[in-house]
Amino acid sequence: MHVPDGFLDAPTSLATGVVAATAVAVSLRAARRELDDRTAPMAGLVATFVFAAQMINFPVGAGTSGHLMGGALAAVLVGPWTAVLCLSVVLVVQALLMADGGITAIGTNISLIGIVTVAVGWGVFVLLRKVLPARISIVAPAAAAGALLSVPVAALVFTGLFAIGGNAPVDLAAVTAAMLGWHTVIGIGEAAVTGLVVASVVAARPDLVHGARPLLAERVLETRAAVTS
Amino acid sequence: MSRRRFFVVALLVSLLVAGVASYYASSHPDGLEYVAEQTGFIDSAEDSATSDSPLADYQTTGIDDARLSGGLAGVVGVVVMLLLSTGLFWLIRRRDGSDATHDSRA
Repeated sequence: MHVPDGFLDAPTSLATGVVAATAVAVSLRAARRELDDRTAPMAGLVATFVFAAQMINFPVGAGTSGHLMGGALAAVLVGPWTAVLCLSVVLVVQALLMADGGITAIGTNISLIGIVTVAVGWGVFVLLRKVLPARISIVAPAAAAGALLSVPVAALVFTGLFAIGGNAPVDLAAVTAAMLGWHTVIGIGEAAVTGLVVASVVAARPDLVHGARPLLAERVLETRAAVTS
Repeated sequence: MSRRRFFVVALLVSLLVAGVASYYASSHPDGLEYVAEQTGFIDSAEDSATSDSPLADYQTTGIDDARLSGGLAGVVGVVVMLLLSTGLFWLIRRRDGSDATHDSRA
């Protein structure tokens, strides 16, 4: 969903730039809580993996394709604030080095792919973690559910931005329907990749999965209680 | 799996995805591009100011073989990403030596 230069007018791009800069500044402070000697290298690897995975476009129906956005994935693996930073680094490197996504659209792309997908993905994940049984096995499906919803929501937010500052006079209802339709299908791919990757990391090193930590803590406490009683 | 081993595997997977698997990715336009074509706002897109970058569009300038050109761009991208993001996260990490930093399994 990388927005190129020119889709949105200057005021809208400037506004999303301010939103993105503020979110990055807040995340730089808040991510300290999520990052230590152990998780900082993990966060670097997650950002690197998201960059690599975004190169893989999978076919979606008639002549179109989609790729992982990775907001939900990164949020569950390394925490939401660190995830915003992961995606921001990815998007800046893509725009500057690969000409993928416009330079004036960096703020827009960070807002859509770095903030919206992280917020929706993490929000859905935390909600499900609360209502589902406190087992480690729910982490991957809950992450997948967050991923599934994050893509169409990001598509809707783009459509909203386009309604405000789009540079071409088009039928907004048609844009909304098409964006929502295609990105719901792409969301299924996002959910599949996210679920698979989170499940693999949970299987190998559950302690490195940020979203799994409250469940692991409970498991340790239960074990201790059983041993001491 | 030790943490070091896990990190090495994750890095190898990223290198393989970006350097090898990317060649087999779908070349159809992505969802946004496709919708822009169908609903008529694709022409408002402008070329990026970095479109003459040596790695623009994930192809390496001067290398004709598509597999090699794309693979090299992917590998360079992965190395740049690893250095930049790990550097950033290492710089802003907590340094109070609390809890997780003393993991005996590290």
